[in-house]
Amino acid sequence: MRRASLPRLRLWLYRRQISTSSSTRSTAAATNTTSTASALEPPPAGGHLPSIASSTLLRHTREQALRTPGITWADAELDEARGTSSLSTTTAGRETRKMNMYQAIRDALSIALSTDDSAIVFGEDVAFGGVFRCTLGLAEEYGRERVFNTPLTEQGVVGFGIGYASMGSKLGNSTLGGRGMGGTAIAEVQFADYIWPAFDQLLNEASKFRYRSGGQFNVGGLTVRCPTMAVGHGGLYHSQSPEGFFMGAGGLKVVIPRSPLQAKGLLLSSIRDPNPVVFMEPKVLYRSTVEQVPTSDFTVPLGQAEILTSGSDLTVVTYGTSVYRCEQAIHLLTHPPEGNGIEKAVRHALGDWRRSTGTNVSSKPTIELIDLRTILPYDLPLVLRSLSKTHRLLIVHEGPTTGGVGMQIAGDIVSGFTTSSTGSTSEGEGDIGRMRRDAFLGLEAPVKVIGGWDTPGVALQYEKFYIPDEVRILDGMLEVLAY
Amino acid sequence: MLRRALPLRSHILHQSASLSTRSPGRLPNTQSPIVSKPHFFNSVTGDSNEQIPAFRLLDGTGVPIEGAELPELDEVFARKLYENMQLLPNLDNILYNVQRQGKISFYVRYGEEATIIGSAAALADDDEVLGQYREMGVLLWRGFGLDNVMAQCFGNHEDTSSKGRQMPVHFGSPKHHFHTISSPLATQIPQAAGVAYALRRSPERSNSVAACFFGEGAASEGDFHAGLLLASTIPSPVVFIARNNGFAISTPSSEQYYGDGISSRGPGYGIDTIRVDGNDVLAVLTAVREARERCLEQGRAVLVECMSYRVGHHSTSDDSFAYRARSEVEDRKRIDNPLVRFRLFMENRGWWNIEAEEELKTRLKADVLKAFKHAEVQSRWELGELFTDIYAGEEPWNIKEQREELSRLLKKYGEDWEPWKRELQKFKNEGQDLIKE
Repeated sequence: MRRASLPRLRLWLYRRQISTSSSTRSTAAATNTTSTASALEPPPAGGHLPSIASSTLLRHTREQALRTPGITWADAELDEARGTSSLSTTTAGRETRKMNMYQAIRDALSIALSTDDSAIVFGEDVAFGGVFRCTLGLAEEYGRERVFNTPLTEQGVVGFGIGYASMGSKLGNSTLGGRGMGGTAIAEVQFADYIWPAFDQLLNEASKFRYRSGGQFNVGGLTVRCPTMAVGHGGLYHSQSPEGFFMGAGGLKVVIPRSPLQAKGLLLSSIRDPNPVVFMEPKVLYRSTVEQVPTSDFTVPLGQAEILTSGSDLTVVTYGTSVYRCEQAIHLLTHPPEGNGIEKAVRHALGDWRRSTGTNVSSKPTIELIDLRTILPYDLPLVLRSLSKTHRLLIVHEGPTTGGVGMQIAGDIVSGFTTSSTGSTSEGEGDIGRMRRDAFLGLEAPVKVIGGWDTPGVALQYEKFYIPDEVRILDGMLEVLAY
Repeated sequence: MLRRALPLRSHILHQSASLSTRSPGRLPNTQSPIVSKPHFFNSVTGDSNEQIPAFRLLDGTGVPIEGAELPELDEVFARKLYENMQLLPNLDNILYNVQRQGKISFYVRYGEEATIIGSAAALADDDEVLGQYREMGVLLWRGFGLDNVMAQCFGNHEDTSSKGRQMPVHFGSPKHHFHTISSPLATQIPQAAGVAYALRRSPERSNSVAACFFGEGAASEGDFHAGLLLASTIPSPVVFIARNNGFAISTPSSEQYYGDGISSRGPGYGIDTIRVDGNDVLAVLTAVREARERCLEQGRAVLVECMSYRVGHHSTSDDSFAYRARSEVEDRKRIDNPLVRFRLFMENRGWWNIEAEEELKTRLKADVLKAFKHAEVQSRWELGELFTDIYAGEEPWNIKEQREELSRLLKKYGEDWEPWKRELQKFKNEGQDLIKE
């Protein structure tokens, strides 16, 4: 169980095994979206989200993929550093390939290994490909010295990574300092639910490494990957979203991607970021999200949220798996199923919304959907800018409500500004204090947080009523709009 | 049962120390003899070429090996051992297929029948068991029953282990002195020391021990080291039973540790230790019985390492042929099968034959199917159980508020939102306990 990964995975392993017996190379190219062994497939045990395949948030064409906002091509960056310019700054001639999220992560790891001799990838069951297949074939390609299994000890895995990274004297993107081969440590913890034995290493060591040594030592080369969030049948110990517990860990970054392309770009950013990063991968998305992903070396910036759909009446902030549920909820809002209670609820709430905002009978609210991407430190300025337009805020995540990311954001908005920032001296656009004050005073409804309940974990048979699903999110949107 | 009067370890230590401390003096905080040549060591056997011996009574064909002293055993008890061992693969086959059909979410195959049943038989039925997750056989030995097993795996309203909150095979039953399984590995090991210390402090439980099971992979966790250290330093009667089956998912034990298995660690904590052939039920029975005796006599932990081989996949989420050869597994199954070994032993004694075997298999299969069919159609617990058992005493405001919020949402959308409507039907009272709240 624990080390188990979850049932739908196994089937894929089964298929994989057939094909890997002859060749273990070039596995990243394998797109397993069409099953060659569908007769073997057990009925899905709920470990997928049917809405994801049709999501318009995924980039299904090469052109869409290459136009991803914020994408930085590694070769272009190099040109810039050299003061030269070449075709590499453009998207012309760049390749993309269809990948699901674990393949994109595998691709990122492969690039990290091939561009940085100091990089090592390790963790439990990593050598045979990892229980979610993110490291498939890497041991064969880069050797067991650089891609290897560890004994089963999370505190050991992360502590080892910290030690290795501390030898890197990592500054900016230069990975090889004057201390030998140490540097880029990419550790895997098999499930986020099992990160707790390593919490001491992360909170007391990794996050404080730079600070406690007066800036002399750092573990910027450390990245800890772990699968996170619920999958339909993981029960108490394969479903948790522990990011909230990391919110107070100053010095550490926490990143959660929503898709294959994002995962690749954000993971490469995390690996090269001069700070230790915990990179949490929503495991239900490993196979259910498929995108065209550029094959070359690129990054997507940390610390920046992304506006996925632009709107002017309500800001919805979310991340990870919940991005797709929010997308569906917005769809329910604009296209409620006809002739049932959901339509009635929408009609009723929108009536109230129109009356309170004075808009005409046919107008519909537009929703600004924001993917936070980096959870710590998160992009408050973007949320505030959005609020200056919408004046209404809903935050959605799977993790428990109390102590969660949503309550942190809500708290930052209602209690964040100081009296000095209410003065008129600083008028600059970048004045966070002023933006916070304006956001708070401009609110037209209380901030709403929809998270998992405060039960101790996600109970197996009750999961569908624990995870904030489309209708619960819809209801939250209606509540905030109609206030 | 042979019961030897064992001198206490510390007594031995002091004796030898007094002999060797005559001239060169001694170091503070240790009774080490002083030597004048550098002496490195890396073995608990005293010879780095020799591994720790493994205790075995029956060979692969069920014949006692030379010098073996078998435990006293009558036909009734032998049959009980065998039937319980045979029940595990029968249950396995059904539940494994049930999982493949998507009727339950997860399953781990058991195997290690001799290790589990041999240990269960050696323990007293009220010894406190802290398991990892392959110890269902201990519960069955103690009369937990197939209906309870099925109820837990299906997470239905008869599941008293966790009310459907945990994945399959996470059993628990205070009545059977079996602490609820949790998925994190090795967390039970230091807990076992605490459980045993509580036993020590309860005069009416002075004849009980804690029995703590774990795999060789879990023994890599920090909790393992903490647990053994505590149970020897704060003397607590725990029998630690390591099931060394050679694999932690894909990771072979050769990548799990460099030393001589788990046994070599016991002496590091001052713990009496034995390695045993985990596929020989009589050897396991004898070793755990003796371990238990020592545990009670010394009031301190004892470690038993049972060597076996995981013939099944790690779980239904795993396909082990991705990392080991199918032929290797088939060979193991054939040559070193704990069930066959004990069956041959019983046949040699005239206690078993082909008719008995057929009758048993038919009966067990029927029993398992009956329990399965019953469990399959049962509803889940009431939906409101989502919010119970969080705190004892007064319900805090946040839980109350959240339960009321779900109740409101169900009233508003339960009839119209198809995913909820379908899901509600699976619960006892179809969610009405919350809807009508």
